[in-house]
Amino acid sequence: MVRFLIQPPCLRRWFSDMDGTLVGANGQTPGRDAISLAAIGVSKCFGELQALDDVSMQVDAGSFHCLLGENGAGKSTLVKCLVGYYRPDQGNFLIDGREYEVRNPRDAQHLGIGMVYQHFTLAPGLTVAENLLLARGDLPFVLDWKREKTGLSEFMAQMPFRLELGAQVADLAAGEKQKLEILKQLYLRRRLLILDEPTSVLTPAEADEVLGMLHGMTRAGQLTVLMITHKFREVTAYGDVVTVLRRGRPAGTGRVNSTSVEQMAEMMVGTHIHVAVERSQGRAPDAEPGPVRLQIEALQAENDRGTPAIRQFALQVRAGEMVGVAGVSGNGQKELIEVLLGQRAAISGNILVDGEPYQATRVQMRQHGVYSLPEEPLKNACVPGMSVAENMALRNFDLPPVSLGWETGWHVRPAQLNRRARELVEMFGVRPADPSLPIASLSGGNVQRAVLARELAQPVRLLIVANPVFGLDFAATETIHRRLAEARNGGAAILLVSEDLDELLELSDRILVMSEGVIVYEVTADSAERAVIGRYMAGHETHDKELVC
Amino acid sequence: MSLLPLVAALFVTAVLFALFVASQGYPAFDALALVGKGAFGSTFAWQNTLSRAAPIMLTALCVALPARAGLLIIGGEGALALGGLAAAMVPVALAGWPVLLVQGLMALAGFVVGGGWIALSGWLRYKRGVNETISSLLLAYIGAAVFNFLVEGILRDPASLNKPSTAPIGDRYVIGAIPGMDVHWGLVWGVLVCIGAWWLMRHTVFGFAVGVAGGNPRAAQMVGLPVGRLMLMACFLGGGAAGLAGMLEVAAVHGDANADLMAGYGYAGILVSFAARHHPLGVMAGALLVGGIGASGSLLQRHLDLPDAATLVLQGMLFVSLLAFETLNRKGAQRV
Repeated sequence: MVRFLIQPPCLRRWFSDMDGTLVGANGQTPGRDAISLAAIGVSKCFGELQALDDVSMQVDAGSFHCLLGENGAGKSTLVKCLVGYYRPDQGNFLIDGREYEVRNPRDAQHLGIGMVYQHFTLAPGLTVAENLLLARGDLPFVLDWKREKTGLSEFMAQMPFRLELGAQVADLAAGEKQKLEILKQLYLRRRLLILDEPTSVLTPAEADEVLGMLHGMTRAGQLTVLMITHKFREVTAYGDVVTVLRRGRPAGTGRVNSTSVEQMAEMMVGTHIHVAVERSQGRAPDAEPGPVRLQIEALQAENDRGTPAIRQFALQVRAGEMVGVAGVSGNGQKELIEVLLGQRAAISGNILVDGEPYQATRVQMRQHGVYSLPEEPLKNACVPGMSVAENMALRNFDLPPVSLGWETGWHVRPAQLNRRARELVEMFGVRPADPSLPIASLSGGNVQRAVLARELAQPVRLLIVANPVFGLDFAATETIHRRLAEARNGGAAILLVSEDLDELLELSDRILVMSEGVIVYEVTADSAERAVIGRYMAGHETHDKELVC
Repeated sequence: MSLLPLVAALFVTAVLFALFVASQGYPAFDALALVGKGAFGSTFAWQNTLSRAAPIMLTALCVALPARAGLLIIGGEGALALGGLAAAMVPVALAGWPVLLVQGLMALAGFVVGGGWIALSGWLRYKRGVNETISSLLLAYIGAAVFNFLVEGILRDPASLNKPSTAPIGDRYVIGAIPGMDVHWGLVWGVLVCIGAWWLMRHTVFGFAVGVAGGNPRAAQMVGLPVGRLMLMACFLGGGAAGLAGMLEVAAVHGDANADLMAGYGYAGILVSFAARHHPLGVMAGALLVGGIGASGSLLQRHLDLPDAATLVLQGMLFVSLLAFETLNRKGAQRV
């Protein structure tokens, strides 16, 4: 079977130098230039759902092209068609002005199209070097490690950011893993890179570093970048052209420097909406913080590998106050949340709620009104196999009116359980509005809404929140931020741990910076400066590992 | 919930078994017909099947209840043996006490000892992170060894010469047959326990909490449920059901505790629980099916001269094809 309809000379050259010694993927090799891409009338249906409807777009060679859109707007479907995971029902793609049939991801790879996913596709048990070689996929039976190492070192030396080749991927922080994903694509000499929300696991500084570097490569004409994102800041800072999809159709396209954020947002959601400005959701200035609700003293905990993740950690959250914890992912935030939620045992230290020792038992949660909104709610806060209604009852299935009988209730009453779920679904706009569906069948935003509904329907006095809008669309983000601000204004104490500095600046009253398991900086939101926070997030020990070979 | 995987598995099993029988030089179709006849072909066959189904539905609960808590326990055989042994000691110690009281205490002893045995696996899993499937299987072997050690040692009735046994429980305390049938009351016990287990797991606060802990332990911890205790309880109840099966075998079939107690009912329960997708009511139907296969053994032996182990081959084939079809079915569901 013939793989390509046409095999252009540049591809043949590329293949021929693949079996030679690997040289760096920078401008040294002629003919390795950025490629252009055009989609023409692409349509794709999944059953009843028209995911893409006659989408056309043009991505110029060497441009940094942003693809914006709400969850479910068809961005992922479009790029999956492009890289061969799906076959479009109609339409086709032009690469450098020629039509190619991309039947599977391998075809896309041969055309020089690479993709970096939202979630990592690395082998955690292997080293950086092994992951890079693995990606090549054409390895001989016996590896000449000496030669490969030399090649890899040379490659790494030419890269704008570096990773230690011998480091275990499992030991890398999220930001470093994402860098490795991108390095992998550059190592394979991709000329068109598709990024699916690449910065959702990165700090602003890391995001700036990675995107800035990719931006530089587009300027040098080595690479074309097509990036799916939710973050307007990244679009305005790095994008050349932005295309907005809405419900599977192109909602508009334009040069970034002549399109305002408001215009982009309007294209995305279809109506004129209020774009959040910094501190728009802060506490009313006259409100006084109340008594201390949550107090953590000298807390120590280990991560899954048994090394210290939280060291002598202390903080306080008062009633009516939202305290934001900023930090590069992998600095103990995950472990902190798990300890507070009762999912991980602390080594030592005290957690006091309302001045009393707190062990995250069900009784204590009720007594003190401690509820939470963990990250990845399907994994941390839901039972995937149970229905939406059952998941919404996790907090109160053992209380009247849901259960009835001897003592605190013996018999769970499905009718009551469903009635309550229907109310919550209505109140919080969970879609589809059918509480009998398994919760795993809902989209991420709707799972988050369902969990939010369950938690906020309780008498909340202390709310523990982690990355609440990770990967959610614009509208869902707005809803969740508004609900959190309302809960705080209603007198609840909120601990908000987030990797999104914009979110923290927008919502919290006080910002703490967590680095290497301790709080290294504290500032009130009014006097917070992005640059200062960023410096503390980076920590005194640099996270950029030097190249050692 | 689709019955398709089960039907497909039954069909494939029939084909495989026919091929197996034919490869041994026996008439394949006759063998299949005899299995049907020996299981459900006559009143006598039905009674034989039902008698075997009673302990199997209880040992199946030993898999089904922990499964609701997310644990895969396959050591029901050990709980059955030790539960039966404990039950056999009660009438020896309390000879002369009222019949119903002694039978009740026998059931309690069987339940507690069997439950404690399986709870060990749950405890190892929760406290030490030991895989509960492996630990329960190994504990089943240890349980069998302990059983033999005691029955051939200090608990041996000196009167049992060829076959080491404990002292007989005495005719008074034997559980008799349901009037008008040649099936002992154990069947009714089994059915009642299955219905009780279903109600407990599907309609109570406890069952809901166990389902949450099994469905996602992290979510259960987040809402403050005592995951470890729920796992332990589910293991205890499951093991208790298997221990009860041992008590019924002692009190209704053997009249004492001896090595015949370990007839493979504990392992047959694994098959039944999987066939029923760990549903406590489905377990009853599954127990009929597997009880029927066991009951057909003597007919196969008499008419075709097939060894008794042929029914074990049939059971094994059924289990493997069931697992294969269930897995395929789940994969298909994910693809959509």
